[in-house]
Amino acid sequence: MSGVPEEAGPRGMSRRQLLRHSAWFGSAVVLTVAGGEVISHVAGTPVPPAAQDPGALRFVQVSDSHLGFTGAANTDVTGSFARAIEQINALPYRPDFVMHTGDLTHLSRPAEFDQVQQMMNGLRTDRTWTVPGEHDSVDDAGQKYRARFGAGTRGEGWYSFDIRGVHVIGLVNTLSLEKLGHLGTDQLDFVRTDVAGLGSDTPIVVFSHIPLFAMYPTWGWGTDDATQALGHLRRFSSVTCLNGHVHQLFSKTEGNITFHSATTTAYPLPHPGEGSAPAPVTLPAGKLRDALGIREVGYVGSGQPLAVKDRPLA
Amino acid sequence: MSRRLARLLAVAVFPMLVLAGCGGTGKPTGAGTTAGEPSSMPSMSMSAPAATGSATGDGAVSIQGFAFAPATITVKVGTTVIWQNADGEPHTVTARDKSFASATLNTGGTYRFTFTRPGRYEYLCTIHPFMTATVVVTP
Repeated sequence: MSGVPEEAGPRGMSRRQLLRHSAWFGSAVVLTVAGGEVISHVAGTPVPPAAQDPGALRFVQVSDSHLGFTGAANTDVTGSFARAIEQINALPYRPDFVMHTGDLTHLSRPAEFDQVQQMMNGLRTDRTWTVPGEHDSVDDAGQKYRARFGAGTRGEGWYSFDIRGVHVIGLVNTLSLEKLGHLGTDQLDFVRTDVAGLGSDTPIVVFSHIPLFAMYPTWGWGTDDATQALGHLRRFSSVTCLNGHVHQLFSKTEGNITFHSATTTAYPLPHPGEGSAPAPVTLPAGKLRDALGIREVGYVGSGQPLAVKDRPLA
Repeated sequence: MSRRLARLLAVAVFPMLVLAGCGGTGKPTGAGTTAGEPSSMPSMSMSAPAATGSATGDGAVSIQGFAFAPATITVKVGTTVIWQNADGEPHTVTARDKSFASATLNTGGTYRFTFTRPGRYEYLCTIHPFMTATVVVTP
């Protein structure tokens, strides 16, 4: 079981690097799509060259803000999320959109939803998007979440849109009472019909909270029917799946599909299988900032290797 | 005189209204009850399960280390099962068939549900769905 990080780690990334980067904290991951290539880096660091392409799609992913969490692992999750928002707003460009990949709140309380919505309204971007985490549907199958963030979505909150030649899909895999993430037949049908009319050279970006790959099923870090959804995306030359939930950076490729787990703005979780449960990890004082780093990812499509550059912050 | 009478009435009647309000809305309806917010009902949430003296009695499930223990509990019809969250993280007790569901149980929070029909009830924590367990209710 402890072999999972080595097996599934991105090309050129050592276990030591993975451990270092898994401790990233309060950072926003910026993703740039240009010419079918997705490049990621952490907000506040130098922008990769492709981001300077005026025709590029530029967006930001944040995840797992857990507003309402009060544990020792982070006694100020609100402050951390505010810092992530400040980083995004300080970028030298205005992102086309900002995506929050779930666990906006810690316990689905109305006050927590109010706060995260208010804070996200302060983002300097054309549009904010969200997908729900299981913490956003603790007691009502997502009703409070959809009341605030579900406008214009289908089914239980899924959706798609096109922007700058890229097709973006937002999936919901946290609502059924299953051990793993689950999409369900309605959503699988949606994916199938949603991409049916698209040319195979259309870059696809898929967002979900729980990973669409089996990162560590023992802790629920996987989606039991993801293979069916991904089957509808196999013919596309570039598919990038971006998720949260695991509170640590992690990437892997499966054929034409690349998966990137995002870090959190709230608190770290253990690496897969380290410890008995995915309980919040309290790092020694000051260690979180020391562990900050950047990751640049280039994905060029079929036949090309995944290019990953991991560097600590200067 | 009238002002003094009004003040007397206010002193006498107001507490009654408060009490009436508590009695009417303070307890969840249905067979399951939750004391998931220790700050709001400290005496209830922290109390230990009381012995009923009946033939069936209570069943107790502890939530600890992101797991329900025991993972399978077998009880007779009429038994009240009591869950207590001994973890630092919040959890829920939610039946897959939605026949019972707790509110969020913070540390020390308890939830109790009386099983009135035989059967096999699978449940999980909606916050950490990999936490699964079963209640088997025998006739």
